[in-house]
Amino acid sequence: MKFAVVVFPGSNCDIDMYHAISDELGEEVEYVWHDADCLDEFDAILLPGGFSYGDYLRSGAIARFSNVMKAIKKAADDGKPILGVCNGFQILLEAGLLPGAMRRNNKLTFICRPVKLRVENNETMFTSQYERGEIITIPIAHGEGNYYCDEQTLQQLIANNQIVFRYEGENPNGSLHNIAGIVNEKGNVLGMMPHPERAVHELLGGADGLKLFQSIVTYWRDAHVVTT
Amino acid sequence: MYKVKVYVTLRENVLDPQGNAVKGALHSLNYGEVQDVRIGKFMELIVEKSDRDIDAIVKEMCEKLLANTVIEDYRYEIEEVVVQ
Repeated sequence: MKFAVVVFPGSNCDIDMYHAISDELGEEVEYVWHDADCLDEFDAILLPGGFSYGDYLRSGAIARFSNVMKAIKKAADDGKPILGVCNGFQILLEAGLLPGAMRRNNKLTFICRPVKLRVENNETMFTSQYERGEIITIPIAHGEGNYYCDEQTLQQLIANNQIVFRYEGENPNGSLHNIAGIVNEKGNVLGMMPHPERAVHELLGGADGLKLFQSIVTYWRDAHVVTT
Repeated sequence: MYKVKVYVTLRENVLDPQGNAVKGALHSLNYGEVQDVRIGKFMELIVEKSDRDIDAIVKEMCEKLLANTVIEDYRYEIEEVVVQ
């Protein structure tokens, strides 16, 4: 299986993401620059965290007009797994691939620490290796992770089981309904503020994020590898 | 030439944490009269005349990029300016 890590000017979690895939997951991975035209050779697309285009105007607002976004939209339409973490999530929101928007954290500070998450939906291609309701520890690192959407969108997210991760216990940023991660209606685009790529080895303080990437591989193998 | 002033603020039903912090600071400076503070962005655009309707294209720019209409409202003023 071949992963793409999309690099925008100002991405800063791209190397963590790359090594999570190559060193811990043991799958093929390549960096793809933001001006790429085509992502057809990749089986899954990862949008890393950081401060694309300096967060100018709004987080993700400029990155969504990058050339590579056309290819990302196509990959989303093709049903490929697309994961946006932190700034990657913000870009997916600005691009309209996921509903809603991010506000400044309610306490206005940049928060960088491990948080507890509850796996609300383990029937996605990103979470099949977790138990439903499992509590996992994943680091967050953001100043704008205060998720917001209108009431109608929230009801749709709940009805379609699109809320994949919620903050467990204290909500660090004030996000609506303690939302930490959501998928699109089709289930192949996941955006989340916590950083699973920073939790793939005990030496990093925990490995709870690894199962997310293993879920993607499991999904892909089930769909593409014919067992005899 | 036009000078376009664009004002972007969080929508009324969206909590503004920055505005609330500034309101608290103003209260602590003994300006208890302040009921609400909303923080937004101000952008000034210089736009050349073309065959496209200025009002229509400014509205498009706001909808497509300058504001995120999920959480933000925008308004703008268009002023015709003489080039020196």
